[in-house]
Amino acid sequence: MLDCTPKEITERKSGGMINPAKTCQPIGAMYAALGIHKCLPHSHGSQGCCSYHRMHLTRHFRDPVMASTSCFTEGSSVFGGGANLKASIQNVFHIYKPDVMAIHTTCLTETIGDDVSSIIKTAEVAADKLVIHANTPSYVGSHITGFSNMTKAMVSYLAKNTLPKKKEQANIIPGFVNPGDMREIKRLVQSMDIEYIMFPDTSGVVDSPMTGEFQMYPEGGTTVEQLKDTGNSQLSLALGRFASSDPADLLNKQCGVPAAVLKTPIGIKATDALLMTLRNSFAREIPKELEIERGQLVDIMTDTHFHFHGKTVAIFGDPDIVTGLTEFVLSLGMVPLHVLTGTPGGSSNSAAGSFEDDINEMLKGAGIEANVKSAGDLFTLHQWIKNQPVDLLIGNTYGKYIARAEDIPFMRVGFPILDRSVHSYLPIVGYQGAMRLIEMISNALLDRADRDAKDEDFELVM
Amino acid sequence: MAENLAGTIAERDGFIVTKGKNKKQLQCDTDSSAGCVSQRACVYCGARVVLNPITDAIHLVHGPIGCASYTWDIRGSLSSGAELYRNSFSTDLKEQDIIFGGAKKLSAAIDGLMEKYQAKLVFVYSTCIVGVIGDDLEAICSAASQKHNIAVIPVESSGFIGNKSAGYRAAGDALLRLIKPSQSAVIEKNNSINYLGDFNLAGEAWIIQNYLRQMGVELNVTFTGDSRYTALKSAPKAKLNIIQCAGSMIYMAGKMEELYQIPYIQISFLGIEDTATSLRKIAAALGEESMIAKAEALIAKETQRVEAIIKGYRTKLQGKKAAIFVGGGFKAISLIKQFREIGIDVVMIGTQTGRKEEYETINDLVDDGTVILDDANPAELEKFMMEKGANLLVGGVKERPLAYKLGIAFIDHNHDRKHPLSGFEGAVNFAEEVYSTVCSPVWNSLAKLRIEGGVTDHG
Repeated sequence: MLDCTPKEITERKSGGMINPAKTCQPIGAMYAALGIHKCLPHSHGSQGCCSYHRMHLTRHFRDPVMASTSCFTEGSSVFGGGANLKASIQNVFHIYKPDVMAIHTTCLTETIGDDVSSIIKTAEVAADKLVIHANTPSYVGSHITGFSNMTKAMVSYLAKNTLPKKKEQANIIPGFVNPGDMREIKRLVQSMDIEYIMFPDTSGVVDSPMTGEFQMYPEGGTTVEQLKDTGNSQLSLALGRFASSDPADLLNKQCGVPAAVLKTPIGIKATDALLMTLRNSFAREIPKELEIERGQLVDIMTDTHFHFHGKTVAIFGDPDIVTGLTEFVLSLGMVPLHVLTGTPGGSSNSAAGSFEDDINEMLKGAGIEANVKSAGDLFTLHQWIKNQPVDLLIGNTYGKYIARAEDIPFMRVGFPILDRSVHSYLPIVGYQGAMRLIEMISNALLDRADRDAKDEDFELVM
Repeated sequence: MAENLAGTIAERDGFIVTKGKNKKQLQCDTDSSAGCVSQRACVYCGARVVLNPITDAIHLVHGPIGCASYTWDIRGSLSSGAELYRNSFSTDLKEQDIIFGGAKKLSAAIDGLMEKYQAKLVFVYSTCIVGVIGDDLEAICSAASQKHNIAVIPVESSGFIGNKSAGYRAAGDALLRLIKPSQSAVIEKNNSINYLGDFNLAGEAWIIQNYLRQMGVELNVTFTGDSRYTALKSAPKAKLNIIQCAGSMIYMAGKMEELYQIPYIQISFLGIEDTATSLRKIAAALGEESMIAKAEALIAKETQRVEAIIKGYRTKLQGKKAAIFVGGGFKAISLIKQFREIGIDVVMIGTQTGRKEEYETINDLVDDGTVILDDANPAELEKFMMEKGANLLVGGVKERPLAYKLGIAFIDHNHDRKHPLSGFEGAVNFAEEVYSTVCSPVWNSLAKLRIEGGVTDHG
């Protein structure tokens, strides 16, 4: 049995991780940068970092992921990486011809203290080309922090307040979600008839259609013009505080664009909140088509609620996603017993509150006592489950070891998902995403019920 | 789009040759250019993939979390027992550790892990940052080793000190430390052999072990597929080393010859031809008549069994063209021959870390007009696959979606392989995999679109 986790919980003194529930900042920065149109992410560090991030993203999205690297050697780490970075900037524009090069640092270049912004300033870059950068030390935060930092860099480098009066236009910062989710959020905003700029936007980049040609820069991504124009918007909607609130706050400081920080719109309540905010800020009516979708979702929830009521669940993954999922399963009558993220509590340097407080408040409202932890690992989650078993496990691919060891139905949501496909095309956000989640939860629970039923209990109609 | 990307940087010219056209020698075994979209990995990666298949060891990554996350159970090397290696252990260094050093945290992490798992062996991998902040891994590991009375071995794998090949060497050094007998111990030689450079991906080492058993060859230990501490410690007793993946193990084999007087031979179990040759080589090296006879019987039986099947595939695949981009040169060489067995010509071939001698062999084997390239980037792979009209690419995880986007079939000859590709069984699996992707009906959907869109079908 693939199970090396002891049941007995003892104090963890070392601060190390066993079976992590997070990864490092640079991959988040790389993913965010892919959401800029014609942008080549650049990893300033050793070759392996870039290779690993591309590999991991490729496995999740099953699409080519392009990024360049400074290819550090022993010399560059002793004498500084300035020369490598300058050569990189030259080579990247010469060979790969992006419009934008988005540099992120690594633990190595942060520690040797390369001053990336000075190096960029002294590098020769053609007038119609752009280089931006984010500091993403791997020893702070997680991949979510890195995503937030690169999104922040888009604001700090590009957003400009150029008009006397703000445009009737919303900035939508979707957070670290799949392109399918970004498409769905855009559809919701479009159906409200509201002008918007979504950034970053990886739809059309890592879910690009098969044409028989390889496009180094597929059609998707937020354009530089749009990124500049974010400073003229009337409102920023930051979806998910961990991945999105920092860039929204910066836009407010830099360009006077007010920010509304909302939950990632997973489930009925969070989707309602998104649409109501849009409605109130832009004086629009909720269109009939969304009213119908919502009605269908409620219909499905009532049709199926008896399957879910009182079922216990463990949820892990990235903080914004886990928060949304927890709220949604509570609305179905399920009981989250273990809720864990690997990302540390508050995104670094932000005034945003804590993951644990958010979750505990929701659980308190439902009268549930549960294990809740940020900066946790799957060793801890597994121990919790061994001591207090659950009916369902929700999380990324790495949950499969626990699901197998404990024989629990397992539903894959989040990043990364390395062993199933199609997930990145279909949303979990919005009313339609909620329907999809219900289908996934039902299938997981009912397939198990069918599997385990005795002959006399095996039922056709469920 | 393709035209824009076709232009390669002048600095890269020396790394690409076309057989028959260029007189020049291919450049290889050098650092990649800064700013390239390289398919190469780092020292840590090289060390980790070599050592990770040791199943009962704690593989502790000393560094920030990423290096441990990305290597968690991705190797696909199977175990017949212990599963400890499939967990991910990291010291998860934080900002204060970078400032004050990570030594204490590392010691505490080893202590904590030893409380939970009664391992006999711990590898501590150094990552980029450890090389910079200067934690004394030797001292920490040595203290932990004494405290817990087990082997705690540092792996000098800071990412920036070279490429993947340097990592193979770092892993080799760690293994050499592991197998070193205590000073008082006398090495009692026996008639067994060590099998180097098989990581038991999809159970490949088991296939070969089974052949050796049938030949009456006693296998001492495999480096490192499905290996464990106790078996590895006995490595110096062997009479002969056979090496499959030369890129990762040739250094180690040379050292073992020097230290323990174990000669080595290079073998390859990819394809029928190389498998048969290799089994004969092993029997001849051991020099026992009975083994030679048994090897011949095995080869005859297996060749007869699989040849009919392979022939069936060959008629379906004859005339298709393949492109190869793999990690090491030795594998690339075997693949050329293996493709020939199923009627496929290789039109482009490259490696991440191939050596000069290997490229010479490649050059001898391929037809005129074949493009040979070292450390290629995606734009180069695209350019030459399209130019040469490849129907199939053999590569690793990052190359797969690139091939698919071009409408080119793909097989994984790396960590993501799902069927064993070694030996006679492997030759059949290989042919079947090639067939199932090259002749899949999914490509027809694309062709239809092309006709409607008026684009010429290149396939």
